[in-house]
Amino acid sequence: MPEIKITPLGAGQDVGRSCILLSMGGKNIMLDCGMHMGYNDERRFPDFSYIVPEGPITSQIDCVIISHFHLDHCGALPYMSEMIGYTGPIYMTHPTKAIAPILLEDMRKVVVERKGESNFFTSQMIKDCIKKVTAVTLHQSVMVDNELEIKAYYAGHVLGAAMFWIRVGSQSVVYTGDYNMTPDRHLGAAWIDKCRPDLLITESTYATTIRDSKRCRERDFLKKVHECVEKGGKVLIPVFALGRAQELCILLETYWERMNLKYPVYFALGLTEKANNYYKMFITWTNQKIRKTFVQRNMFDFKHIKPFDKTYIDNPGAMVVFATPGMLHAGLSLNIFKKWAPYEQNMVIMPGFCVQGTVGHKILNGAKKVEFENRQVVEVKMAVEYMSFSAHADAKGIMQLIQYCEPKNVLLVHGEAQKMEFLKDKIEKEFKINCYMPANGETSVINTPTKLPVDVSLRLLKAEAVRYNALPPDPKRRRVVNGILCVKDNRLSLLDIDEVCDEIGINRHVIRFTSTVRFDDPGPAVKTAEKLKALLSEKLEGWTITISDGNISVESVLIKVEGDENTKSIYVSWTNQDEDLGSYILGLLQSMVQSS
Amino acid sequence: MKLYCLSSDASKPCFVLSFKELLIMLDCGLSAHSVLNFLPLPPVPSTRLASLPNYTPPHVNDPLLEGELKECCGRVFVDSIPEFCPPLDKVVDFSQLDVILISNYTCMMALPFITEDTGFKGQVYATEPTLQIGRFYLEELAEWVSGAGGGTGAAARRWKELLHVLPQPLSLAARPRSWRRLFAPAAVARSLARVRVVGYDEKVDIYGALDATAVSSGFCLGSANWVLRSAREKVAYVSGSSTLTTHPRPINQAALRGADLLILAALTQTPAHNPDHMLGDLCVHAAVTLRAGGCVLCPVYPSGVLYDLLECLSAHLDTAGLQHVPMYVVSPVADSSLAYSNILAEWVSVGKQARVYLPEEPFPHAALARAGRLRHARHLHDDAFSAEFRQPCVVFCGHPSLRFGAAVHLVELWANNPAHAIIFTEPDFPHTEALAPFQPLSMKAFHCPIDTSLNYSQANKLVRELRPRELALPDQYAPPPPHHHQAPRSVPLPHRHVAQLLAGQQAGARAAAARAGAARPVPTVVVRRGAARACGPRRRTARGSLGAALAAHAQAAARTLPAAPAADAQALRLAPLQAALSLRDNRLELLPAPPPPADPAAPPQPGGSGTGALPRLHWGALDVDALVRALAREGITDARVERSAAAPAEGGGTAAADSMSCIVHLPRHDTLVHVERHATHVFCEGRADVRQALRRALAAALPHV
Repeated sequence: MPEIKITPLGAGQDVGRSCILLSMGGKNIMLDCGMHMGYNDERRFPDFSYIVPEGPITSQIDCVIISHFHLDHCGALPYMSEMIGYTGPIYMTHPTKAIAPILLEDMRKVVVERKGESNFFTSQMIKDCIKKVTAVTLHQSVMVDNELEIKAYYAGHVLGAAMFWIRVGSQSVVYTGDYNMTPDRHLGAAWIDKCRPDLLITESTYATTIRDSKRCRERDFLKKVHECVEKGGKVLIPVFALGRAQELCILLETYWERMNLKYPVYFALGLTEKANNYYKMFITWTNQKIRKTFVQRNMFDFKHIKPFDKTYIDNPGAMVVFATPGMLHAGLSLNIFKKWAPYEQNMVIMPGFCVQGTVGHKILNGAKKVEFENRQVVEVKMAVEYMSFSAHADAKGIMQLIQYCEPKNVLLVHGEAQKMEFLKDKIEKEFKINCYMPANGETSVINTPTKLPVDVSLRLLKAEAVRYNALPPDPKRRRVVNGILCVKDNRLSLLDIDEVCDEIGINRHVIRFTSTVRFDDPGPAVKTAEKLKALLSEKLEGWTITISDGNISVESVLIKVEGDENTKSIYVSWTNQDEDLGSYILGLLQSMVQSS
Repeated sequence: MKLYCLSSDASKPCFVLSFKELLIMLDCGLSAHSVLNFLPLPPVPSTRLASLPNYTPPHVNDPLLEGELKECCGRVFVDSIPEFCPPLDKVVDFSQLDVILISNYTCMMALPFITEDTGFKGQVYATEPTLQIGRFYLEELAEWVSGAGGGTGAAARRWKELLHVLPQPLSLAARPRSWRRLFAPAAVARSLARVRVVGYDEKVDIYGALDATAVSSGFCLGSANWVLRSAREKVAYVSGSSTLTTHPRPINQAALRGADLLILAALTQTPAHNPDHMLGDLCVHAAVTLRAGGCVLCPVYPSGVLYDLLECLSAHLDTAGLQHVPMYVVSPVADSSLAYSNILAEWVSVGKQARVYLPEEPFPHAALARAGRLRHARHLHDDAFSAEFRQPCVVFCGHPSLRFGAAVHLVELWANNPAHAIIFTEPDFPHTEALAPFQPLSMKAFHCPIDTSLNYSQANKLVRELRPRELALPDQYAPPPPHHHQAPRSVPLPHRHVAQLLAGQQAGARAAAARAGAARPVPTVVVRRGAARACGPRRRTARGSLGAALAAHAQAAARTLPAAPAADAQALRLAPLQAALSLRDNRLELLPAPPPPADPAAPPQPGGSGTGALPRLHWGALDVDALVRALAREGITDARVERSAAAPAEGGGTAAADSMSCIVHLPRHDTLVHVERHATHVFCEGRADVRQALRRALAAALPHV
């Protein structure tokens, strides 16, 4: 029984540092290579020594697949390719390849220049790493080598996010990365066909949540922002440069336009502006509406949203500022937070998930005072709001995806253990399939059924079809094919007897049996034959019985009547092949003779 | 496998392939040559065209023909809405088509003729740029033709009945009665809504019977060659391919290699012109004209080579000190086409793709537009456009046939001024014919056709490299009849007859064969319009899958054949197999057979299950001594062997000959076994158990499975 083995090096019963090892059919595939934002030590990278304690890693991994550009999915890639020394193939989509290096560089700057760490990858390493990447397009089937095939599906989560279908021989796996089953303001919903993989590896960030409608959340968000700026407050929205930022910008832009508001809205300069350009170039990856209208108006040309300058921090009056990074763990958003936090009229809106250890996580848990590395303590008086705009599938979405692709097994990653447990139960109950949730470093083994390819002779199939179609239709009737299975050069074929003889060049030896039944039946022999045929037709339903020159034939069984006026000899002859039929007919005739 | 050819124009191909009980249409090109027989449709009324004299053929007095024909400079034109020549519709029933595969946007213009009002129920597949740009082409065509007062007035029909009395070239028109007017915009929309978008290298499952894959062909944005693959067979359809480096993704040759059948279509229409030189000539002509204060008109399609022209011409004008000259693109779809080309990062060449990563637009025309050098307008008479229109300038607009669209008006406007120039770049129409209704003409006319598709030597080289088992071509590319074939091969290629393709190909293959010491010229099938030819491999088997349980079961019963004469006897194993057949979505699966009927007295079922139905294959010669021994073990000890006298003479006295023909007599059981070399006949008058014993004994004496 062939098996599929999965070992998460990260994201096993955890969020952050996604890195999953998959091995099947003798191939080892690494799914994502992320870093953990909550740690500053070696724990932020996956434990590559698990793969090989020492020595080159390239021979152990056949390919690395990156699902999208978030750092918890690609952050460790330059470390792996440039510092560990992996030289094999790396796959990601075009937008991911374009955007990932920018985010990596941004993160590197924060780590190295602000926190002063050495022994971290350099800018050049990021460039070199990205050069090794093979970009793929959606649905393109890529042969990594002769046996390993991968294919990307649209995942919706962020620009360029993809789910990957991976096949080796007859085994297949789908890895979702992060995905979103409901379309949002700038991206479409994840989609996959009924590919019936042996295993679906799905994220489960919102395993227990069923979120209220998107529209309500948007209305809430806009109301809160509007109320705050009306009172003269400042609104800080910490975001990651790409993804939610664009969605929220579109949201605010349209709202500002509709309500004719004049309060300034700013974007932290640099990354985000450049990011908008990427969205313009890769508009084919956004949702239908944006794609349709882009010729008239590119949704990512914002009228109301202007670039931010650091001096604006101390400007009086209301404003809305988007600033990076999204979890308030460093950078501009943290600086602004420090300045604005002590005032009640201000507000910070956290639009996404925050990992443990970040300032974002602390204030979301109600911390009223935040201490920083340099003993600086900031009082948090501003309103803190959490709005789930993260584009992850909720429980309903996950179930929907399972329904779409009909996997034979499901494995949960990228979520918290308790929530996974709940979802696991639900999946096993609802779909009656096995569900796994390995912790980091733990291996799940999944058995898959074998299926061998076989070439079936068309002659055999046609003969079967003729037989089957001659019978009265019966949906329950099983179709049966009888042939000789021929194994040659490890190739299987199912042939009929004559084809086998031709194929391998042997001479067939035919065995035939003949028995005689004596029958006292006055009249000409032809009459007797017709009588016999009537009897056979009655008993042998479904068989083709032909009569010519007084000889009756059914398949290879021949019945011949000879004799004088009174006594007839009935010869019944059949090949060894049709022993069942032949002996049945012989028995039938013998009992007929005895009863008459 | 059968191939039908429905198009008369090899560069606008339309084939139908029947393969695995599917009818697959490959491209649906619309031949637009027919429009050259019609008078131009000016976007604004033209007094010159309206005052052209009527034409009546000599000695014909037909009132129905009145007003249908006009004469201009000795040529006769039909004064009616232009008509096009769609693929033949009587050869294949379009409602029976299963799939249409489109290779690029120049080869899909007839789609509405095939899918609308024909009962078509199949799927249409194309890449995303093909669909989008194809939509631009079709919308532009529909707008040009209907916008110029098309659709009103009855079509001229009478002239089609009187072809024989009309002058050339009208009298040479091919089957004008099958020409059709352009479809309504609603039909275009409905037809395009059927198209399913695919990416390069995406395996599209065609009803479970085969996989179709679009692979890059390097000709234009989103252009594709199609590879059809089943478990055993591979068919490659190569249409509109280019090995040159321009803006699209380069051709993917690897995917086409080793096909059982290679169908080759849409080669270059201007084999005598090198596209690079033509582009250079164009820049020079344009610069000279502009410097002298003249305007340049390029009748073009709204996409494709246009992007290269904009890029090269703007660069050339920069170096020539003419950067102040504005460039205009006039088309109802100009804005969409220009904007759209810049979001197709995944479909452009590596160089252009690298720009996207910066991020910058892959094509420079966005920058030209921002700088104000390039402007586009839907129509010439748009107010904003008229206001800023300056001369001298370069105008790109449709239609290349000069029968409708903005180009008609501009030629009328500039025809009398020798300072202006018209430069033809699209290869679809002969430029002299395009200009015929505008004669006499004073403006300069240049012919710089840019056709990047394969020329004949490139095609020959490609075929040699791809090594298909069989090649299929439209007859335009086939060699002329044998008596022409005597011409020495050093004669330069005739510009229209492509002939040498095949000849060259065979010569090439012979040369290659000489080098490789193997192979022969690729067998070639030539298809004429309206004809069908059988081609490709003959199928003998279908691919299915075998479950593990069944495989293990067969393994147990398998018998190796060391004695078989096959060279690799070691690897050969046989086993009788009975399996339930599951056929769903064209996928064949062999499952464990259902249990035999419970009642042993019931009559056997045809094709039934149970051990009795298992095929028994016996081979070789019967070992009579072994048979006798086996019978003895079964308790039948009275076997008497009578050797036939004739046997040794024939067999040459070997051991095999001994057992070749004899009779085994079992007197107590009233049974005779007649043994021959390849057959054994048992005359058994005894009870059934004797026969079963005999069967077991025979099995022991004969190799079998």
